[in-house]
Amino acid sequence: MIELVSKSRCIRCDICIRVCPTNVFERGQDGVPVIVRQEDCQTCFMCEAWCPTDALFVAPQTEAVPADSPYRDEQELIRRDLLGSYRREIGWGKYREAGPPRDTRPAVMREPLEIGGGAALEGSR
Amino acid sequence: MRDAPPTHVRPQLSSSDNGVTADVDVLVIGGGPAGCWAAIGAAESGASVVLVDKGYCGTTGAAASAGVGIWYIEPQEEAREQAIASREALGGWLVDRDWMHRVLDETYAQVGRLADWGYPFPIGEDGTQVRRGVQGPEYMRRLRRQVVRSRVRILDHSPALELLATPAGEVAGARGVRRQHGGEWRVGAAAVIVATGGCAFLSGGLGCDVLTGDGHLMAAELGAEFSGMEFSNAYAISPTFSSVTKTAFYRFATFYTEAGVLEGAGSQRGRSVIARALLEQPVYARLDRAPADIEDDLRRAQPNFFLPFDREGINPFTQRFPVTLRLEGTVRGTGGLRVGDEQCATTVPGLYAAGDAATRELICGGFTGGGSHNAAWAISSGTWAGRGAAVYARGQRGIAGASNVRPAGLAGLRPAGTPERSLTPATVTAAVQDEVFPYDRNYFRRADVLNGSIERLDDLWQRTRSGLLGVERGKSAADVLRAREAAAMVAHARWMYASAQERTETRGMHKRIDHPELDPGQQQRRFVGGLDEVWTALDPQAPRSALELAA
Repeated sequence: MIELVSKSRCIRCDICIRVCPTNVFERGQDGVPVIVRQEDCQTCFMCEAWCPTDALFVAPQTEAVPADSPYRDEQELIRRDLLGSYRREIGWGKYREAGPPRDTRPAVMREPLEIGGGAALEGSR
Repeated sequence: MRDAPPTHVRPQLSSSDNGVTADVDVLVIGGGPAGCWAAIGAAESGASVVLVDKGYCGTTGAAASAGVGIWYIEPQEEAREQAIASREALGGWLVDRDWMHRVLDETYAQVGRLADWGYPFPIGEDGTQVRRGVQGPEYMRRLRRQVVRSRVRILDHSPALELLATPAGEVAGARGVRRQHGGEWRVGAAAVIVATGGCAFLSGGLGCDVLTGDGHLMAAELGAEFSGMEFSNAYAISPTFSSVTKTAFYRFATFYTEAGVLEGAGSQRGRSVIARALLEQPVYARLDRAPADIEDDLRRAQPNFFLPFDREGINPFTQRFPVTLRLEGTVRGTGGLRVGDEQCATTVPGLYAAGDAATRELICGGFTGGGSHNAAWAISSGTWAGRGAAVYARGQRGIAGASNVRPAGLAGLRPAGTPERSLTPATVTAAVQDEVFPYDRNYFRRADVLNGSIERLDDLWQRTRSGLLGVERGKSAADVLRAREAAAMVAHARWMYASAQERTETRGMHKRIDHPELDPGQQQRRFVGGLDEVWTALDPQAPRSALELAA
């Protein structure tokens, strides 16, 4: 779930408020977005991807973490190089190399990517 | 190749304190891939188009946060034949060869345009672009840009609550709420495209909590029919603590219980072994069968897979981590709105279906389309629905009289009886989840268990229909949306289980433990529909698959 909005990094552009598919943010009085509906967060990491200043952090947990969790500690996240790490992986942001051109799809993955469910294959075994 | 210049006009919106209104040719509900392709297809056919999404077109839907494979096959006869043949048995012989060819053709053409628009596909060893997959965030950001370029008006954070209908039962638009700007929206349209995705019952899968089957309910209120709803029990593997339901890399996993290796478990052939074990005890995974030098490639192919591990400090190649199976319902299942013609028209005049909201049986049969077929289907069905809706709307110009249009929404919106205090969207949702999440109800199905669920869901529907508080009580936009989502999930579960009860065999992902074999006598698609009374019927037309052609 979304756990952190960095006041020092935020440029008050409102992008996260606009792009969150489940509408978890509202603009605070100082212009910095406030997480007002954390329980609606679907942990999709989209706000993090779209934030132009790497100011947001989404913890991997689908439930809120405790108040003293390192995921709510900006300095700890910076120290572990986690703030902005998703944008770095997909190559969004200045001076970053776009992700898709590097996605060469290793040969082992060329078959249908996702075979789920299971029943049919088991039935034919 | 350059695209022809647009010939259409940007629709005019009228704004007031109460919200926005517009009259257009085509309204698209849903801003994921299918909705975007539909909006582009309709606009390029000369229609004025509004697209509404309950979230944000560009981040919403299952694809945006994922790495998506695309069923993209070069137009070579041998390769196409192989791609089609490999799906026929897997899909339980319910596919349609003509539709598979159409989808492969259209997907090839449209993905080519995506490349023309500048999507940065990787370059393969032979120096040509590898177009068999896209990264969700980049794909959706660019699709939104193309939608805007096509002069489509987008209303974000504007969930649709109900369709509008003429006295003759034709669709006439939709209305909903503006949850960030306040007030309502109302769009009159000669044609409406439902591109609201499948239904994953708020199970917490990546990007899937916006997918609650809203479009199915709205369409059913106008009498739309569904097909393949028994193929609705797709479960995805994910770390227990995390939302990341990307399953592909578990092909490299060994699965464990506390006692040691879980024999027979696997992401493809052995997922039911995992489900059975999870009924009793925790299950763990470790990607210890991955080739040594493959990590970098995997990271590039699907960066989001590694997010939860990197953040938790887990090395998934060397450390065991607990896993669970999350229901992905008809998102990765294949059931959905029945399409009656090649433009993806539903059985309701003027109403079209695209993407996961529509049945994908025609190209997937009864087996999951997750990861590549669904992506191709979103592109092609979206394009066809867009063009078809534009042509239909043109034919309706000057005919429609907007005066006697009625809003068609019922359950969760306009209670038929006395509002029931203890009935809330949350309690209704929890009750549905109790019926559809458990592996020993939905993954492994049997007559007596299905009967119990059907009875309780029928009762839940009656109570929801009668007593779930709706818009007339002055609820906030979020409350009204939640009530509609809850009602939609109850309806969805009833169609699923009614179909599952009738299919007394094991086929595709539909697994009946009281009927464990495939029954050649049931090689037919099944339709389902209805709200207060659910009905099912066999498709009178036999599937056009190779087995049928050979017979």
